[in-house]
Amino acid sequence: MPSTTTAWEELVTSALLGTDRRPLASGAGPGPIALLDAAALHTVRRRAGLRPAAAAARPGTAPADPRPPLPPAARRRLAQLLADRSASSGAGGRRGAAPDLTELIPQWLAAADQRGFRAPASLLPPLLDAARARTDLRPQALAFAGPRGLWLAGLNPEWKFALRGSPGSSLLPDVADADAVRRLWEEGLFAERVALLGAVRAHDPGGALTLLTSTWPTERAEDRLMFLDSLRAGLSAADEPFLEQALSDRSRNVRATAAELLSALPESALAGRMAARASSCVNPDLTAGAATVAVEAPHECDAAMQRDGVVSVPPSGRGERSWWLGQLVEATPLSVWPARFGGRTAQEIVALPVADGWGEELHAAWCRAAVRQRDPQWARALLGAPSLPPSNGPGTASLAERSKLLATLPGAERAAWVADFVAAHGLSEAFQLLGVCPVPWAEPLGRSVVDALDIAREAGSYPWSFSGVMGLAERCLNPAEADRLEVLTTTPDEPENASPGAAGYWSEAFRRLVSTLRLRAAMDAELGAETA
Amino acid sequence: MLLTHGGEPLRTAAPVVRWTVEQVLALAPDESSRRAGGRLGSAGPWSGAGCNGSGAVWGLCKGSGSKPYRTVVDTTGPAYKCSCPSRKFPCKHALGLMLLWASDEAALGPAEVPDWAGEWLDGRRRRAAQKAEPAGGGAVGAGAGPADPAAARRRAERRAERITGGAQELEQRLTDLLRGGLAAADQAGYGLWEETAARMVDAQAPGLAGRVRELGAIPASGPGWPVRLLEECALLHLLDTAWLGIDRLPEPLAATVRTRVGLTASADGPPVRDHWLVLAQYDTPDGKIVTRRIWLYGRDSGRTALLLSFGAAGRSPGQALPVGVTIDAELTPYRGAGQLRAELGGQFGAPVPTGTPPPGSTATAAVAAYGRALRDDPWLESWPVTLCGVIPVPSSDGWQLVDAAGDTALPVAPSALSRPGLWKLVAISGGAPVTVFGECGHRGFDPLAAWADSSDDGAAETVPLI
Repeated sequence: MPSTTTAWEELVTSALLGTDRRPLASGAGPGPIALLDAAALHTVRRRAGLRPAAAAARPGTAPADPRPPLPPAARRRLAQLLADRSASSGAGGRRGAAPDLTELIPQWLAAADQRGFRAPASLLPPLLDAARARTDLRPQALAFAGPRGLWLAGLNPEWKFALRGSPGSSLLPDVADADAVRRLWEEGLFAERVALLGAVRAHDPGGALTLLTSTWPTERAEDRLMFLDSLRAGLSAADEPFLEQALSDRSRNVRATAAELLSALPESALAGRMAARASSCVNPDLTAGAATVAVEAPHECDAAMQRDGVVSVPPSGRGERSWWLGQLVEATPLSVWPARFGGRTAQEIVALPVADGWGEELHAAWCRAAVRQRDPQWARALLGAPSLPPSNGPGTASLAERSKLLATLPGAERAAWVADFVAAHGLSEAFQLLGVCPVPWAEPLGRSVVDALDIAREAGSYPWSFSGVMGLAERCLNPAEADRLEVLTTTPDEPENASPGAAGYWSEAFRRLVSTLRLRAAMDAELGAETA
Repeated sequence: MLLTHGGEPLRTAAPVVRWTVEQVLALAPDESSRRAGGRLGSAGPWSGAGCNGSGAVWGLCKGSGSKPYRTVVDTTGPAYKCSCPSRKFPCKHALGLMLLWASDEAALGPAEVPDWAGEWLDGRRRRAAQKAEPAGGGAVGAGAGPADPAAARRRAERRAERITGGAQELEQRLTDLLRGGLAAADQAGYGLWEETAARMVDAQAPGLAGRVRELGAIPASGPGWPVRLLEECALLHLLDTAWLGIDRLPEPLAATVRTRVGLTASADGPPVRDHWLVLAQYDTPDGKIVTRRIWLYGRDSGRTALLLSFGAAGRSPGQALPVGVTIDAELTPYRGAGQLRAELGGQFGAPVPTGTPPPGSTATAAVAAYGRALRDDPWLESWPVTLCGVIPVPSSDGWQLVDAAGDTALPVAPSALSRPGLWKLVAISGGAPVTVFGECGHRGFDPLAAWADSSDDGAAETVPLI
């Protein structure tokens, strides 16, 4: 009713200015009491007479998720993992004997995704929060969150990340729908376009290339680089003409990436050109009595080499010629060398002495080539026997490089190699190598890690010198090992020369290891309960 | 009576179902206890742990000392005992033990009660049985009266006089304020109100003091503050006037006014035994005191009741009930028109982990219920309501709960917009109708618990939103 509204506005005005300056025109009296009386009446009347609001437009319902719900025990576990995640922020201090639940979330998600469960709706918000805070969780968390998670993320700007580049996301059009693909490619945001290119590439590699070439000249240099990078997945000879053309791109980074991709295609013209160059530099030494590798590093980096991606200016501290040599050998198909070295195997070639101190340079380049071309034979040869001290190995002493070489080997072989390495050299250098082994660790690998930990304990050092490996062991050891480890959880007498209190700390560390393994076994059982 | 003096419940047919992790964590007195309890919530540090069909859970937790701590929880209370020196309540060991019980059936299975736990459990049940006895006889309060009724009456009269003095002084301040204009309140700042609130504490009228303190915060509360300040001043004036003329009020309204002013009433209504579903539990800081509110819904009586408990500085309120369980218990209501507050009396048997949500209404019926409740208590901020068939929908200035069957809606109260519970509600709904319990008032609807209308994740599970 307009009259009451006016009356209320008049009350507010009078109250703001004060009844001395602005007495009430109407009503019982002019003073503040009359004003308060009237205001009280209005307030209670207004509250008692509230009407519902008009409804806003509804957001539409979340797409159905046909996956089965989690078994109740697994659901409780997830709630606990997520609750602990939000609680443990900022927790400091020694870890004690209790498992670190935060570290188990990725494993739990992977297992749940593998078994194809649907996320419980009420846990979607903490799940999305967890994925927002930890980028490493995102792919698994978003897969688990499913269509309802994505629907929810669309309503909250804090979860925008979920809408970017989620593979197979409902926001990407069906890759078979050419019109929709074309429209998003031309009008979409950069992240959407990268995701689209990836999705189309997975479905139809040629189609993705066509899409890319259609707008290539108009893209910005940074975008060209990212798009080019997405061709890494499903790279094939069909991509060669496009990549060859990208070798004359305006951007140096684009040129370098194109060259790198081409060199990973052993049949490509670029690989052939590089092979020809490398062959003129690295040869069997025919003058020496025994078989030796002779190296004649390039004397110049000509325009053709630069066009093929060779960077002419070395980083400070490196000689130009060795810099150029390294790049040539790295981009040369490894299959070239057995033919040039009288049919020798990779192993035999790697074992040949190299003249004039070029050995380190050459082997390092072969290592990079083996990783780039994912060649297990060469990787094996360059890794050498695991029992050899890293500094005497045939390829490289760098653990980072070695773990990359290892990654090209089949899983079981990788684990066996690292197991032997740990048995021979202990744990102090094994961390990076352990990180590339398949999880859960194969039995021999697990045994060698546990034995090495036990040896370290007997030597009397503190467990936190091995906290990295301990942490890995908690996540990667096979849960079935828990019973065998139980004996290590007791606190033995301090050995002589031991660091004070170390035995107690070791016992605590092993108890945490055992309880984490038990917990992982329980988690697996809970998730398997319905499908097993 | 369902309990014997031996502590062994007669009813053993229904096994005690485990709580959810959220239900356990809701009992933690503070964030650091949650964290510490979470770390103890796995099998690692525990030995000799077990539970039985009457809701007892126990275990030995290895701490830093040589002897493990003995922890025992009676989940029907819930009540806790632990040999650790912590003053937190429940301590991290009790929380950890309950988390283990909630999350890991393999680690904590049915067992025989060990002696050290049995003693405490028996003692507790004996006391519970003794407490329930007179309540069952309907003789509550008969023996609890003051020793000297005449002295008590004199004390009450003296206090009433002081409150009257306070109310008169407050009236003076309000009229001064309105005479000079609310615009000046913006500049006067907080000090003026703090001083007035302190005067009201001196006058032994904590209800008035609390309202005055809230007035002080309004000028800084954003656009539209003059309107809100006028409303609150007017309601405070209404309360003053009601107190000063309390002799002329009908008794139920007079009881409400006494409670609003801050006189403690006693729970002496006729006790109601029912199966009470715990709808919500939340704490609000109130000066140095924490107020805990627990909403209950009686399955048979259809009543909604509010349990209030208070915790002094740094301690959480003693009473805690996990959301979603149903307890067979007796409640004693407080006096006063439209009062929902009650006191928890004897409990019978262990809590059952699920219950049926209260029957729901539409948005229109919800605001109407609040309007009706204002007749009994015009100072009421909100009224407990269950909405059914509503969809959470984003609107231009927040969120709404829209009637699925119509085009009316309730705005979600601003206080709820920043809580994570809102997103839980949206997730549960997925754009489809849900049932929601909450407090409906003039600021909107504050959702406190939800049930998915169509769910195969677990039927009629109560999801707490706060």
